[in-house]
Amino acid sequence: MSLVNFTTREITCKIVYYGPGRSGKTTNLQYIYGRVPDDRRGRMVSLATHTDRTLFFDFLPIELGTISGFTTRFQLYTVPGQVYYNATRKLVLQGADGVVFVGDSQARQLDENLESLQNLQANLLEQGLDVRVVPLVLQYNKQDLPSDLILTTAELDEQLNFRGVPSYPAAAVSGQGVFETLRAISERVLRKLSQETPT
Amino acid sequence: MSGPLNPRFTFDSFVVGPSNRLAVSAARRVAESPGSVYNPLFIYSASGLGKTHLLLAVGALAASGSAAHVVEYLTLEEFVEAYHAAVAAGQGEAFRHRFEHVDVVLIDDVQFLATRLETQAELLRLITSLTELGHQVVLASDRPPQDIEQLDERLISRFAGGLVVDIGAPELETRLAILRRKAEERGVSFEQAVLSAVAQYEARNVRELLGLLNRLIAFQAVNEGALTPDGARTLLGLEAAVLAQAGVEPAPAAPAPGGGNEFADFLDTVGSALAEQVDTWRRRLQEAVAYWEGHGYRTARLGALLAQETPVGTETAVRTFEQDVERLQELEREMVLLEPGRAGDPVFRDPDRLADAEKVVQAARDGLAPPPGPSASWAFEDFVGTASNQLALTSARAVAEKPGTAYNPLVIVGSTGVGKTHLLHGIGHALSAGPGALVACLSAQDFLDELVQAIERGRLEQWRSRYRRVTAFLLDDMQLLAQKQRSQEELFHLFNALLTQQRQMVFTASAAPRTLDGLDDRLVSRMEGGLVVEIGVPDRELRAAVATRELAGRLGDADPDLAAYLAGRPAASLRAVTGMVQRLATEAEAQGAAADLAFARDLFEGARESAPQPATRPRTSGVVVAATGGVRSREKVIWRWPAVGDRLLEEMI
Repeated sequence: MSLVNFTTREITCKIVYYGPGRSGKTTNLQYIYGRVPDDRRGRMVSLATHTDRTLFFDFLPIELGTISGFTTRFQLYTVPGQVYYNATRKLVLQGADGVVFVGDSQARQLDENLESLQNLQANLLEQGLDVRVVPLVLQYNKQDLPSDLILTTAELDEQLNFRGVPSYPAAAVSGQGVFETLRAISERVLRKLSQETPT
Repeated sequence: MSGPLNPRFTFDSFVVGPSNRLAVSAARRVAESPGSVYNPLFIYSASGLGKTHLLLAVGALAASGSAAHVVEYLTLEEFVEAYHAAVAAGQGEAFRHRFEHVDVVLIDDVQFLATRLETQAELLRLITSLTELGHQVVLASDRPPQDIEQLDERLISRFAGGLVVDIGAPELETRLAILRRKAEERGVSFEQAVLSAVAQYEARNVRELLGLLNRLIAFQAVNEGALTPDGARTLLGLEAAVLAQAGVEPAPAAPAPGGGNEFADFLDTVGSALAEQVDTWRRRLQEAVAYWEGHGYRTARLGALLAQETPVGTETAVRTFEQDVERLQELEREMVLLEPGRAGDPVFRDPDRLADAEKVVQAARDGLAPPPGPSASWAFEDFVGTASNQLALTSARAVAEKPGTAYNPLVIVGSTGVGKTHLLHGIGHALSAGPGALVACLSAQDFLDELVQAIERGRLEQWRSRYRRVTAFLLDDMQLLAQKQRSQEELFHLFNALLTQQRQMVFTASAAPRTLDGLDDRLVSRMEGGLVVEIGVPDRELRAAVATRELAGRLGDADPDLAAYLAGRPAASLRAVTGMVQRLATEAEAQGAAADLAFARDLFEGARESAPQPATRPRTSGVVVAATGGVRSREKVIWRWPAVGDRLLEEMI
């Protein structure tokens, strides 16, 4: 997918929320959906099992209107977190302009976070993308849980953020940190525009 | 004419943003050192973006400080009026002189030059004389020079010779900065959010923006209480406009857990990140325009892109433009060689007319026949190398491998018939194999003849260009140029031109250049500056090889004993060996005998032979090579027919 289409003057940003199962990716999208005015959002497509686990993926299109002469739209996706859905994850990841990694702040989920990060890197690489150049931000979700259950952002940075990308504490259920994360990734994606060779 | 400059307009009061940074920095440089950079400076922009402000700021800065330059600001209309008044009063000359004492001339509204040819001529004269005096000229217009109707090409190129910059519409941050600055100047304070709300509106120019600010100030003066952002929008009727322009959602009351208007903030982030990118593209275009116009190229194509609201495929456009300019430069360089007089053609300055430029150059190319090349008769591979010519052959190979850098020039000397011409043409073939090679290979006699003909026909320039564009120049029998001053002079200039461009040159001569009489010292020293190699008298091995080759060629097979016998005969040149084979074959055929060793012995030792005649003609290889590759050899042509009854015999050396 081409991010900027100069002929039709459109900018389309595909942002994928990645992370281990039950880390709160869908919750992020649901919160955003709730904040976007009706006329700006498309139908949120969510395919979830009866136990609220994402089976395929969530998709939320947002129309931002004309900005600086470009019709701008964002497409937010989540991937299913469970290990055995890797084929779907690869599919969703295709053509992503930016990735939000939603990590679970619970101490006992650390290994799942790491595994998912490695899986992200491997899947990007398979598409010929270097995780170092793809716009990426981290979100440490569930910071509202009791502090003896979770790791602090400093500890999580230490464990997960070895590339030094921006990271945000969040409690997606209440919306804390959700838009900060979205703004951060959008900015990084858009700032890459002028470096890319327009088609 | 204008009186003192309005003190309100200075660089300090000019709000700088990405859209005008280039123009402001250029103007400041000009004001700091008038006449030394960007002269003339041409500033253009749509109305109300600060052209006049910038002009006056240049004036104010130049007039201040220790230098205290004399500055004059006038609009084009004022200029025209003054000029007409002066002409009517018979003071045309005085009008011209009055500017001689002005260090910085600022002319506003230059777009009114459109269709006024007479004023254009006067302005051109003024700019020329002022820039010659080192005085600065700054002009402002609401459109770029090439868009001013019927503007003299010379004026356009003169403007381009300085710097042409534009001022774009202010972007969000600049609009906000302008509003803040102006509010401050007026001593009024507004909430940050109020000014932000007003700045959201994409005003077409600064005046419109200031108009909005004035309304806010007026409202605040008669109403109690501070304005809110929404109040300001409603007051200015911007609600709809801003929505239509930027797609900004008005703040819905959102008592959400996250608090505040998260979506609007998100939109703001996206909006400013995107605006920054668009600015980056715009700046890239502006820089390209300024750069190429500064280099005298027309940039209408890029200008058209800039004029659009959204830059389209900037990088690709700039790259294509640069490639076109590169091609134009190539063509112009070629034109300099082909027809120097036409190299300055404006067609080489307009990338949009690349096709025309190609045609112009092609036409010039067609007008010139390619110079004569090496003859097909002498292949490099056929040249037999032995001890007697080893050095020459090695050098020739080096030249063929690294033309222009190994030995330049290479001068091959040696007595007649030792293979100089063969080697020369062989090198010519090797050099021709290179990509884009154009090899001239001719005898000095042809060089002389062509020169005389060119002089007679008045096509000397074309003749020179014909040789100056070659990638290698090979001249046979250079000694023929002895005493020919004019030819030597031409060769001298050609030599220098080719040497500068590292084009390979190879010469042959009967003897080392310094021993040749009647050759200019400057030519001799240049020849000696390369490598002079001698081909010695052919040794027995070489004679045997040539005899074998000739026998095989004439008789079908080469008897080794016969070849060895012929090689053993005294012969000062390879041509003598060839002559012997030729004579043997002819005699044998005439007598119906086999051309074998016994017959040869009988022919060369038994029969009485007249001694070989010493050469009386100038010592040359005696070979004239036509451009078509055919060979005319003096040895192989019967020049004087013997009387009837005499027998035609003897080789003719």
